[in-house]
Amino acid sequence: MPYRIKVENQARCIGCYSCMFACSRANLGSISLRGSAINILTAGGIESNFTVVVCRACLDPPCARVCPVNAIVKRDGGGVTYNKDICIGCRECAKACLVHAIQLDNTGKPTFICIHCGVCAKFCPHEVLALKKL
Amino acid sequence: MSKVLYINLSNNEINIKDRSDLFEKYIGGTGVATQLLLEECPSKINPYASENPIIFSIGPLCGIFPVCTKTVAMFKSPHTNELGESYAGGRLAMAMRFSGYNSIVIKGKAENPVYLSIHDDKVEIKDATSIWGISDVTAIGRILRNVETGAGRRSILRIGNAGENLVSYATVNVDTYRHFGRLGLGAVFGSKNLKAIVISGTEEIDLKNIKDYRKIYQKIYDEVVKTEAMEKYHDLGTSANIIVLNQIKGLPTRNLKSTSFEHADAISGEEFAEKYLVRKVACSHCQIGCIHIAMLKTLFAPGHEYELRNISYDYELIYSLGSNLGVSSPEGILKLIERCEYYGLDAISTGVVLGWATEMYERDLITPYETLGIPLQWNNIDSYLKVIDNIILKKNKFYEALSKGVSYASEEFGGKEFALSLGKNEIAGYHTGPASIVGQIVGVRHSHLDNAGYSIDIKASAQQLSEEEMVDKLIYEDDWRCINNSLITCLFARKVYSEKNVVSALASIGINKTVEELKNIGKEIFRAKYEFKIREGFDLKKIKVNKRFFETISQLGKVSPEQIENMLDLYKSKRGF
Repeated sequence: MPYRIKVENQARCIGCYSCMFACSRANLGSISLRGSAINILTAGGIESNFTVVVCRACLDPPCARVCPVNAIVKRDGGGVTYNKDICIGCRECAKACLVHAIQLDNTGKPTFICIHCGVCAKFCPHEVLALKKL
Repeated sequence: MSKVLYINLSNNEINIKDRSDLFEKYIGGTGVATQLLLEECPSKINPYASENPIIFSIGPLCGIFPVCTKTVAMFKSPHTNELGESYAGGRLAMAMRFSGYNSIVIKGKAENPVYLSIHDDKVEIKDATSIWGISDVTAIGRILRNVETGAGRRSILRIGNAGENLVSYATVNVDTYRHFGRLGLGAVFGSKNLKAIVISGTEEIDLKNIKDYRKIYQKIYDEVVKTEAMEKYHDLGTSANIIVLNQIKGLPTRNLKSTSFEHADAISGEEFAEKYLVRKVACSHCQIGCIHIAMLKTLFAPGHEYELRNISYDYELIYSLGSNLGVSSPEGILKLIERCEYYGLDAISTGVVLGWATEMYERDLITPYETLGIPLQWNNIDSYLKVIDNIILKKNKFYEALSKGVSYASEEFGGKEFALSLGKNEIAGYHTGPASIVGQIVGVRHSHLDNAGYSIDIKASAQQLSEEEMVDKLIYEDDWRCINNSLITCLFARKVYSEKNVVSALASIGINKTVEELKNIGKEIFRAKYEFKIREGFDLKKIKVNKRFFETISQLGKVSPEQIENMLDLYKSKRGF
């Protein structure tokens, strides 16, 4: 059974960025914010509320639909799998995702797309995130 | 991890140098910043001279490990005329880490108001004329967020009117709720016509041995989140200490006329948390989230017209602007904190200055003539707010003296015997015993955080420590905190960053040092700071402890001048001074 990451308690976020560091550390083996598939945003600095942006594991993912080279393909049960090696950097996937869950690198390719592994939830100290069975 | 960015505001020169020579020897943070200060700051200059450098530094653990959230700023202090050193959290350490600059050295003076825009290798000095004079730190943040990139990852530093008008204890605000407090970095910004700095970056760090890193990261993360080590900072936060210090007779009250406050319950951390706390937030890459935000709701007109303000609070502020001024309500304290925040004033120094002035007024040593008609009385919030306004404007000779701190003001107007400063810096909220006093005297920046004398006093009462044992503990903390402050861990995580964890964390990112080596580096960093202090005229022998410290009972009973003298002698002989 596939899993998906769910933002369960948005209002409990304290803005510690642990989830982002956990994602890049586990999945890319680097210490990076840009490489993370999950993203913590603020609209007006720390004064404003934090927003968690992460892949929703769509059943019919628009990012996969618009990908011209099948670098992004639909995953059974929701979400996608991404093969950076064949990506051509056309940026269409990022445009297709209304929630902005896809971050691009300087060449226009997604750095990494969420695989719903749950490492971010494991490092969330406030139960903002949860890994759910689909 | 050893890139230093040099910016000269006089001639707009920007250089980048690799200083691995310094980072290898002194780790980072304050270790490196102290060396840069010795290199860059000419001897005996006026702190407001354009040659005074501002040096920011992060350490090797910043942004990489949990709760390593601090950036150090070093400069020559306009408040003490010697070593200036201050720490801030917020997003700054993370933003510097990913910008690729481990240190930033700012020298010179801009002709017109400017701000610095630093995003990776794009470093620009930009015009800030249109925001000079705006004091509201929230407004400045909002304006800069609209014109700069790096949303969500950037850090924004800015000064208010206190810095612009050279109040010697002006702060630099970092990301709205954190500050470079104490010792007047804000005024040094002001003297350079430097209004703000925006910094962000997109660097990624690839480690050789990610496995070791993940392992020690998990261990430290678990200690931060799952053990008791940091629980108090998350729950009530530092303000839990109000009740504790009050019970043990260590809470400075009404300019330290006493050490227990009859209204302590009303201004306790519990009271703040239950009635005013609306949010807790964290510095970037800290899982604790100790930044406690209170909401102050005030009626400004009939018809249920309310003003809402979010204000961050902590123990030191509740002491300095609360018990120390006899203020008996959280509303009163929050209003005073908010005014300090608005102007960018150090809240501890402001509270101590106001406390001294109130006692001067009470004793008829100053009159309405000096205060311009303002009645300076304990717990009179409206008066205190007006006095703060007048300090910013330096309305007359009296207010100008207040703008230079309590040590200076008491030289000019008398009342030295109850001026609460040690080494020219206003005291923190602990009258716990001799270790706290000696600690703030000998500490490199005359701060309670140099060596936590207050906590040694508290141990002393439980364990019956001798004076020599207390001095030994001060020296250990002095030195080991030089390592904490070079890495740079938040001092609230000092239990987590034990000697063992520090060694493993450093090893996982390729820095191999034994505990013994680290201790020696700590000693060397401490020595280098004293080298700067002595060069600028600081003399431990000349420090005077005012009478008030001996008159008021502490947690360990009355402290005697002989006790302080004996401990200072022990300290000097152990240090070889």
